[in-house]
Amino acid sequence: MPPTPEPPAAVRLENVRRAFRSGKRMITALEGITASAAQGAVTGLIGPDGAGKTTLMRLVAGLLRADAGQIEVLGTDVGREPLAVQARLGYMPQHFGLYEDLTVEENLNLYADLQGVPRSARQERYAQLLHMTGLGPFTARMAGRLSGGMKQKLGLACTLVQPPELLLLDEPTVGVDPVSRRELWEIIGHLTREAHVTVLFSTAYLDEAERCDAVLLIHDGRLLGSGPPGAFTAEMSGRSFYATSGLGRRRLQARLAAAPGVIDAVIQGSHVRVVTAEAHVPDPAALVAEATDLALTPTPPRFEDSFVARLRTRPLPPQSAAVRTPEASASESQRAQSHSGNGVSPEPVIIVHHLTRRFGAFIAVNDVTFSVGRGEIFGLLGANGAGKSTTFRMLCGLLPPSEGELRVSGFDLRTAAATARSRIGYMAQKFSLYSDLSVRQNLRFFSSAYRLEGARQSARIDWAIGEFDLAPMLESSARDLPLGFKQRLALACALMHEPNILFLDEPTSGVDPLARREFWQRINALAESGVTVLVTTHFMEETEYCDRLVIMAQGRVLTEGTPEAIKGAAHRPDRPDPTMEDAFIAVIEAASAKAVA
Amino acid sequence: MKSASLLRLTGLMRKEFVQIGRDPSALAVAFILPAVLLMIFGYGVSLDARNVPLALVVEQPDALTASFTGQFAHSPYFRPRYYLTIQAAERAMAAREVNGVVWLRSDFSRRTLFPGAAPIGLIVNGVDANNARIVEGYVQQVWAQWLTARLGARPYLPAIALEPRVRFNPAVISKDYLIPGLIAMIMTLTGALLTALVIAREWERGTMEALMVTRVQMREILLAKLIPYFVLGMGGMAVAVGLAVFLFGVPLHGSLLVLTATSTLFMLAALGMGLLISGIARNQFVAGQIAIITTFLPAFILSGFVFDINSMPRAVQLLTHIVAARYFVSILQSVFLAGDIWSVILPNAVALAAMAVIFLGLARANARKRLD
Amino acid sequence: MRRQILALILKELLAVLRDPRSRMVLIGPPLIQLLVFGYAATFDLNHVPIAIYDQDHSQASRDLVARFAGSPTFTVKDVLDNDRRMNALIDSRQVQTVLVIDRRFTRDLLTHQAAPVQVILDGRNSNTALLIEGYVNSIVSGFALGWAQEHGARAPPATLDIRARYNATLSSRWFIVPGIVALLTEVETLLVVGLSVAREREMGTFDQLLVTPLRPIDILIGKGLPGLIIGAAEASVVIATAVLWFQVPLRGGLIALYLGLAFFILAITGIGLAISSLVATQQQALLGAFLFLVPSVILSGFATPIANMPGWVQALTLVNPMRYFLVIVRGVFLEGAGLASVASQLWPMALIGAATLAAAGWLFRKRVT
Repeated sequence: MPPTPEPPAAVRLENVRRAFRSGKRMITALEGITASAAQGAVTGLIGPDGAGKTTLMRLVAGLLRADAGQIEVLGTDVGREPLAVQARLGYMPQHFGLYEDLTVEENLNLYADLQGVPRSARQERYAQLLHMTGLGPFTARMAGRLSGGMKQKLGLACTLVQPPELLLLDEPTVGVDPVSRRELWEIIGHLTREAHVTVLFSTAYLDEAERCDAVLLIHDGRLLGSGPPGAFTAEMSGRSFYATSGLGRRRLQARLAAAPGVIDAVIQGSHVRVVTAEAHVPDPAALVAEATDLALTPTPPRFEDSFVARLRTRPLPPQSAAVRTPEASASESQRAQSHSGNGVSPEPVIIVHHLTRRFGAFIAVNDVTFSVGRGEIFGLLGANGAGKSTTFRMLCGLLPPSEGELRVSGFDLRTAAATARSRIGYMAQKFSLYSDLSVRQNLRFFSSAYRLEGARQSARIDWAIGEFDLAPMLESSARDLPLGFKQRLALACALMHEPNILFLDEPTSGVDPLARREFWQRINALAESGVTVLVTTHFMEETEYCDRLVIMAQGRVLTEGTPEAIKGAAHRPDRPDPTMEDAFIAVIEAASAKAVA
Repeated sequence: MKSASLLRLTGLMRKEFVQIGRDPSALAVAFILPAVLLMIFGYGVSLDARNVPLALVVEQPDALTASFTGQFAHSPYFRPRYYLTIQAAERAMAAREVNGVVWLRSDFSRRTLFPGAAPIGLIVNGVDANNARIVEGYVQQVWAQWLTARLGARPYLPAIALEPRVRFNPAVISKDYLIPGLIAMIMTLTGALLTALVIAREWERGTMEALMVTRVQMREILLAKLIPYFVLGMGGMAVAVGLAVFLFGVPLHGSLLVLTATSTLFMLAALGMGLLISGIARNQFVAGQIAIITTFLPAFILSGFVFDINSMPRAVQLLTHIVAARYFVSILQSVFLAGDIWSVILPNAVALAAMAVIFLGLARANARKRLD
Repeated sequence: MRRQILALILKELLAVLRDPRSRMVLIGPPLIQLLVFGYAATFDLNHVPIAIYDQDHSQASRDLVARFAGSPTFTVKDVLDNDRRMNALIDSRQVQTVLVIDRRFTRDLLTHQAAPVQVILDGRNSNTALLIEGYVNSIVSGFALGWAQEHGARAPPATLDIRARYNATLSSRWFIVPGIVALLTEVETLLVVGLSVAREREMGTFDQLLVTPLRPIDILIGKGLPGLIIGAAEASVVIATAVLWFQVPLRGGLIALYLGLAFFILAITGIGLAISSLVATQQQALLGAFLFLVPSVILSGFATPIANMPGWVQALTLVNPMRYFLVIVRGVFLEGAGLASVASQLWPMALIGAATLAAAGWLFRKRVT
C-alpha cells in the first residue's frame, strides 16, 4: 500500500500491545499495532474516543512502555532510551499542558528553560513563534484567560521553543472553533514545509484525515487501515450517491439504511447520502419500494465512507442492525411541508426571547432569540465557550437568565411545577449516569424519578432494555460500559417517561460513526413521532440532521436557518458546494468584518 | 550538561514560586491553616483543671470542719458549692453540676479524737477518668496541707514528707507541653498536604505529562517541588513557633539553631511523605484524603503529644516508631521546655534524618518518568 | 413517603455500597480509628519508667521500693547510688521520675519526724507528671499506713476515703471508647452527606436530577436520610464493639441513646448538606468537612474537658452538636442515664439541626436556581 519511493520512517511500531488494569479486569488498549510514520510528513492518527490514540501517543513519547512489540522513534528504541528520544521531540498532550496561572511569556520561559534554549537565542525564537501563532499582543495574559484556540496555539508554541524533529499533537483540535482549526493546519503545513518537522497528529474528527499526508485509522485498539487518505477514498470510488425523493428525507433515510446492499445512509441537506457495498449503481426501484421517484446521483467518496465500510465488514457484536422506526405518523406529511420551506413551524414549543446571561463582567450569552416548533430538531452549533452550553442550561432551568425570557411548552422550567418538568427529557454532556449503579438500577432510578410506578414502570424498563439492546450488560456497573453503550443507556434514561421535548447536550461526542448513525436514527424517529429535540454539538456534519440551527460565537447568535440555507449563504464561485464548516467560517468572518466596520 | 540541568531546575523553581504567589490556597495551607489549628488547639486543649465545681457536704458545721472546708475556698482549683445532705450533693453530681463531693459526716469532729477514725468522704465522677484523677490529687493536697496546718509538729505517724519537684515545667501548665507537640502535628499535616496537593494538581491538569516529555529529569522535577515547599513549610513553622512563644507564652529554652536544624530534618521527612503520596494518588481528592489519614491521625494519637507512649500496649508502641511526628514531638518538648538536651535531640534527630531519607528515597524510586 | 424519594434514597445507598472506594471509607478508617483510639488513646499510666536513688539502704526503704517495683503503674528502670546521673536520666527521657529516699528516712520514721522522700518529675508532659504524682502519693500513703500498723503508731486523725462513681477503677478507656461512638458517627455522616452532592456535581448527574420532576426539597431529603441510615448503622457497630470487645458497661437505656443519636445525626446531616450546597467539587467538600471536623472534635470535650477552656471558647462550644451527644453517650454508657436526664441535651441539637437544615435548604435552592 505505501508509495514506492519510501522516505525513512520517523516512527516505527511493530506488533505493539498495551493493556491496562482496571479494577479486576484487564483492558486491552492496543493490540498488534504495526505501523510507521514517514519523516517530514503529517501522519494522522484517527479514531473515535477510546480507540487507543492517546495510549499510542504516550508510547511514542516514552511515557508508557509497551507490553509487547517494538517502538522505534527517530531511530532509537524509545522503551530503552526514553530520555534520548524526548530530547528530540515536542509533545502537546490533550488540553495543551499549559500552566493556566502563568502568563503566556512565563509559559514560554519555562519550556525554554526545560528544553535548554540559550537565553541569547530566545528573543528571536519567541518573536518567530508569537508571530506564527498571533499571540504577540497577549504575552502578559494568563494562559487560563486565553480562548480555546489561543491556548491551543500557545501549547503548540511551547513545544516548539526548541525546534523538535518530531512533533506529537494529541487531539489538538478538540473543542476549538473551525477558524482556529484552520489556522492550526496552516501552522502545521508551514512547519513541515519550512522546518521539515515530522508530525503525528491524533484526532477524532474524520474530516481532518484528508488534510494529512498519511493516516493510521484505529478502532478498539486495532489498526483498521493505514496509507495516504487518497487510498482510503479511492477504495470507495463509485460507491457513494445522493438520493432524492419526494418521500421526505427522514423517512427516505430510514428506508435506505435498511435497504439491502446499502452500508451507509445519512441525511445531507435535502438529500440522503448513500454508500453501497459494491461499486455499481444500484437499481433505485429495488432499494425502497415506497419511493418510486427515487433518483441517485454519484458523488465523490469521503474518508468517513471508508471507515464506515471497514466497521461494517468487521464482525460486529450481536446487535440489531434493523432500525426500528415507528410507522409513519400523521404529522409526517405536515412536517414535510413545514420544513420544505424556510418557514418556522406554526406551533412554537421553545421560545427564547432576548436572552442574556452574565457571569460578573463576562457576557456568556448575549441577547439570543430563537424559537423551536413542535417536532423540530433544532441545533445549537458553536465552539467551546461560544455560549451554547449556557443557553442550553438556562433552557433546562439549571441556570437563571440575567435578562430576557424563555418558555418551554409555555413554562419557565426554573419556576415550573414538577409536572412541567415531567414532559422533558434531558441527556447531559458525557452521558452522566450513576457510574456505581448497574444498568438496571439506573433505569429503575430514573423511571422512579420521573414518577413511573408499578406496571407502567416495569413495562417502560422492559421497553428500554429491548429497544436499546441493554440486555447483555444489564447487571454491569455503568462505569464499566463501553462509550457507545453508555450513550444508549443515557438516552434510554432520558426517554423513560416518554417526554415531548428532548434536550441533548453534545450527545455524540467521542462515539464511533456507527454508534453516531444509530443514535441519529433514533432521534429522527422520535422527531417523526412529534417529539421536539434541542441539541448542542460541535460536530459540523451533525448539523445536517437538524431541521434548523443557530450558529453561536462569543455568546451571540451569528446566523439562524436550515442547514441548506446556511450553507447556501456561503456559496461562492470558487466554492460551489460549501460544507457546514466553510459556512461557519464565512459567518464568523462576516461577523468580525462587521465588527470592524 | 551541568548548566542545562541547573537551568531546568531554576526554571521549574521560578515557575513554582510564581504559582505560589498567585495561588491563595497554597499560602492558606502553608500559613493560615497552621495558625488556625494552633489557635483552636491552643485554646481548646487544656488538661489543667481550674475552678472545678465541688460539692461540700458538712452535716454538722463547727470550727474544725470550717478549717477544713476553708481550704477549698482559697484553692484556685476548686469552686466549692455547699449542700446540706449527701443526697442533694449526689443529685447535683448526677446532674453534672459538680465533679465531686467532699463529705464530712455529723460525727466528724467527735471522731477526730480517735486516731484514724474520722473518714473524709470523697466521691468523684469517674466518667472522665483523667479529670477525676487530677481532682483526687488536688483534694489530697488540700487534705495534706490541712493536716500539717492543723496538727503542726504533733507526732502523728507515719508522716512522710513527699517533696515533688517538677523539672522544666514547675507550674505544671499543660499548655506549655501541649503546644510544642501541636506544632509537630500541624506541620506534619501541612507539609505532607501541601506537596501532595500541588503535585496531584499537575497530574490532574495534564501539565505533568507535558513536563515529562521534555529533557527534564525526574529528580529535577522533585527537587523543584521540594525546595519551594520546603521554604514555604519552614515559613509556616516560623509562624507556629512565633504564635507559641508570643501568643501562648510558651518558654523557649533551647537555641533557635537547634530548633531550625531539627525542623529542617522534620520538614524534609514530611515533604518526602507528601511526594510519596502524590506519586501514588494522582488526583487531589485522593491525595488529600490519604494525607489527612496518614499524617493527621497518627500525629494526633501516636506521637506522644497528648497520650503517653509508655502507657500504650506494646504493639501500638512499636507502631509509633514509624510516625515521624513522634520524634519531632520529643525534640520540640525538650527544646521548648528544657533546652538543648543532646541526649534527647541526637537520637531523635537521627531517627528523623532516617525517615527523611527513607521517604525521599521512596518518593524518588517511585517517581519514574512514565505514566504507568 | 413518596416513592420518588424512596427511589432516591435507595439509589444513594446503592451508590455508596457498590463503589469499592466509598465502601472502604465506610469500613476501613472507622475500624482503624476504633482500635487505635481504643488502645492508644489512654490517660491511664502503665509501666512508667522510674529510677530509684535509695540513700537510706534500710529495711523500711527497701519495703517502700518493693511497693513501687510491685506496682503495675511503674517499672523500675534504674537504681542509682549517687546523684550524678539523676538529672541526666530524666533529661534524656530514659525515666519519667526519680524517687529519692533520704538518708534520714528510717531515723525520721522512728523518731516521729516527717521522713523526707523526694520525687523528681519530668514536666515536659505535665499531665503525666501530675498523674504520676498522684500514684506516688497513694503508694507512699499505703506504705505509711502499713508501717503504722506494724509499728503500732498512731494514724492521723482524719483519712481520705476516696471512691469514684460510674468508673470505679478510673479507666480512661471507659471515657474514650463511648466518645468514639460520637466521633465516628460525626466523621462518617459528614463524609457521606457532605461529599454526595459534590460527587454528583462532578459526575454531571446532579443536573440530571434537577431536570427530573424531583423538587429541591425531595433531593434534600433523599440526600439527608441515607446519612441518617448509614450514621445509625455505623454507630450501632461501634456501640456493639464498645460493649462486647472493650467491655465498657452499657448501663442506661438504648432508647435514650438512640434518641440522642438521631438528633445528633440530624444536626450533622444539616451541617453536611450545608457544606455540600456550598462547594463545587469533592475536594472542596473534603476540605470543608475537615475544617469543620477538627475544631468540632477538639472543642467537644472528647479528649479534654470543656470546663478547662477559656470562657469565650466555652461559649463557642455551644453550637457544636458533638458536645451534647458526648454527654448523652457517656451518660447512658457509664451513668445509666435515662430519657429524663438526657432531655436537656436534646433540644440544643434539635435547634442546630433545624437551623443547619434550613440553611442548607436555602443555600440549595439558591445554588440550584
